[in-house]
Amino acid sequence: MSELTVGDIVAERDFHLTRDSLVRYAGASGDFNPIHYRDDVATSVGLPGVLAHGMLTMGIAAQPVIDWLGDPARVVDYQVRFTRPVLVDATDGALVRVVAKVGAVDEDSARIDLTVTFEDETVLGKAQLRIRA
Amino acid sequence: MNPDIAGREFPPAAPYLVGREKVREFARAVFSDNPINHDPEAAIAAGYTDIVAPPTFPIVVQERTLAQLLAEPDAGIDFTRVVHGDQRFTYTRPIVAGDELTARLTVTNVKSLGGHSMVTSESTIVDAAGKHVVTATSTLVVRGDE
Repeated sequence: MSELTVGDIVAERDFHLTRDSLVRYAGASGDFNPIHYRDDVATSVGLPGVLAHGMLTMGIAAQPVIDWLGDPARVVDYQVRFTRPVLVDATDGALVRVVAKVGAVDEDSARIDLTVTFEDETVLGKAQLRIRA
Repeated sequence: MNPDIAGREFPPAAPYLVGREKVREFARAVFSDNPINHDPEAAIAAGYTDIVAPPTFPIVVQERTLAQLLAEPDAGIDFTRVVHGDQRFTYTRPIVAGDELTARLTVTNVKSLGGHSMVTSESTIVDAAGKHVVTATSTLVVRGDE
């Protein structure tokens, strides 16, 4: 994968999440935890408000990389750590920014590192895709 | 929670048949407009038998095994205190519409850290021929009393 250079940005995209996005993801994934759509439940368990599903953030974060790669079969591994919640305001939603950079390259594979931010703070740790040539 | 569940293997969850409209619905939910996730002709042109599921779709299949773990009577996991710590997918191939998938969970690690417990499990997902498709690994954090 000699055409890639460590540090190169291969893809980036902004996602505007709204409460509608969370309801849609709840239905699609089957994760109906009410902290993702009810403020009263979220605040009753000590959260500042309704949060995006961590798996929704993980899901959107891979998308720019898949679109850049063309073939999803080139992804052999995808991992993230959930480090900070994405608060989704009822009116304004939340803007999530994804930047994908080449983290490491060898002959037949590469590691793509994702920086996923909300309000200028990263929300995923060790967010990496391993891809093959 | 009970540290003795480390190493426990659960029976396979009921098979999951991947529907085309479910793949499209999930793809829309993760903001994918990639034709490979929506258009069978585009997927076939790319060498697949039907539309391809996004990379985090295996969570839908894995979820059935996590439900088994959370419901295990002697595990001692209080569902209302569970937070998702980390997630990993290791793929042999992407999931496509028409796949019949069976997932089987093994608890790989249980540890305590500052009053919280962390349980790591691996769900191995195979197709109808028994061939490996993807392994989904999750760490769930069970918050202690505060």
